[in-house]
Amino acid sequence: MKTVLVKENVKEKTMMRDVYCQTLMELAKENKNIVALDADLMSSMGMVPFLKAYPERTFNCGIQEANMMGMAAGLSATGKIPFAHSFGPFATRRCFDQIFMSCAYAKLNVRIIGSDPGVTAAFNGGTHMPFEDMGIMRNIPGVTILEPVDTVMLKDLIRQTAEMYGIFYIRLLRKNAVGIYEEGSGFEIGKAVKLREGKDATIIATGIMVNEALKAAAQLEQQGISAGVINMFTLKPIDKTAIIEAANETGAVVTAENHSILNGLGSAVAEVLSENAPVPLERVGVEDVFGEVGPEDYLRERFGLTADNIAKKVMKVLERK
Amino acid sequence: MNENKKKELERFAARIRLETMKELKELGFGHVGGSMSIVETLAVLYGEVMKIDPNSPRWEDRDWLVVSKGHSGPAVYATLALKGYFPLEELMTLNKPGTNLPSHCDRNKTIGIDMTTGSLGQGVSTAIGVALGNRLDKRSSYVYLIVGDGECDEGQVWEGALYAAHQKLDNLIAFVDANKKQLDGYTKDVNDLGDICEKFKSFGWDIYNVDGADVEQIYDAIEAAKKAKGKPSVIVLDTVKGKGCSFAENAEANHHMVIDAAQAEKVIAELERKVVEL
Repeated sequence: MKTVLVKENVKEKTMMRDVYCQTLMELAKENKNIVALDADLMSSMGMVPFLKAYPERTFNCGIQEANMMGMAAGLSATGKIPFAHSFGPFATRRCFDQIFMSCAYAKLNVRIIGSDPGVTAAFNGGTHMPFEDMGIMRNIPGVTILEPVDTVMLKDLIRQTAEMYGIFYIRLLRKNAVGIYEEGSGFEIGKAVKLREGKDATIIATGIMVNEALKAAAQLEQQGISAGVINMFTLKPIDKTAIIEAANETGAVVTAENHSILNGLGSAVAEVLSENAPVPLERVGVEDVFGEVGPEDYLRERFGLTADNIAKKVMKVLERK
Repeated sequence: MNENKKKELERFAARIRLETMKELKELGFGHVGGSMSIVETLAVLYGEVMKIDPNSPRWEDRDWLVVSKGHSGPAVYATLALKGYFPLEELMTLNKPGTNLPSHCDRNKTIGIDMTTGSLGQGVSTAIGVALGNRLDKRSSYVYLIVGDGECDEGQVWEGALYAAHQKLDNLIAFVDANKKQLDGYTKDVNDLGDICEKFKSFGWDIYNVDGADVEQIYDAIEAAKKAKGKPSVIVLDTVKGKGCSFAENAEANHHMVIDAAQAEKVIAELERKVVEL
């Protein structure tokens, strides 16, 4: 595991979807068993280069998410390594039973990519805005849930899952992420990354909220509050040790996710804390409401997915210490 | 098909039916109707058609069977046991605690089961996935798929029907067990399926319609289906729910039944006689 370095607060030049496609093409070159499935969103996902390079290993079944998940399961039963993509809501809630039975219960080997997490669905609006996808997937025994935060992590995790066996849900921003990690950083699935040490409280964040957490910690430092930041990029299996250590070291925790606070990171952390190290917890996330249409910046404000709100919750959790 | 082969397959079918009945009698309840209606198809597949090796159940070049109507498990288990995948005595463990033979087919529990099924419609897609995988690896294997007629209510069946034809999957041969009944009654009363053959035909499939209790007709249809190139095939089986098991055949609601031991004994005695006569 290489040392992980935090970058400045800047957006990456390459889109996440392009790195996803490139990585899959590299893998496909190395391994004839890599196959890609989609339900009529290959162009949106930037997967046309893959389709052109490997037409016989691409299965775009049209707008049939249920059929796609079953086919992915069947392909994996013959030794293929499928990556199946749709937008987050359609990759999970639309075909939950197919993922549950054909893929997971049958102990097959499928990577499910759900793109446009939470508010990043922006102009597609509430119907396409998954605040529930990780919560849905967390219900299935044995599923690994990953939310890569930038292209460096994305590349590494995609490569790792290609060599592993099981059902993976990879929640994937399609556009440009804020760079968090230096090129060449390595990650261990199931092990959180501590990005910043803190004494007073720990912010546990995932996805687009990692950068917000870092900004919040910097703001709080100005006020003399020392907040640590952890990137919990694996929602399941969750890194219990990291959570318990954070509770013991700082005595207060705030979670931050671009997802409902029900059944996602906030819930998972609450479960670990209440059973192992009960300390005050505040959750930043979508508070049991549906999404809506609008620019992403507006939606971040609308649902409180901001550094300011995280800082506010840290102040609140400190009062409860 | 010569007379000896036909006799042999009819005897195999009678033995599958007999062992299935014994399983269900031991349990005291179960999916009698849909198990009995596909017995002849299982006899033809495992007795004659499928390229399999019971000593090497996961042989890469084998033919596959996906029983999408997973509740027919008891009949499939009887077939597999008779083929030597596992001991016949194991059939008596059906649905008992810790068994390898659950109500619905499970690839991780039962030796010889190729795909986990139970939630209806899903075997269609997994079968297509297997057929695509085999084709990519240039294996000459066929994937056989059994769906129920009631199961054709599921939208996923038709998603798969559309895409299998689009992919020109001629290594996929499906059967529809058209026993005209589903859990809540006759299919025509619950949600009328209309003409199943015409529906598949309009989706671009090669279609056959045969008597599902006639081993020769089933065999001939499979052989013809294998010759159809560039499209998937479906063999619609005209069947009777509970076939060969008088108390079930005569019952109106025979999807899942409580089984009276005395009635089951009678059927078992009849089937034992039939096996000897054949």
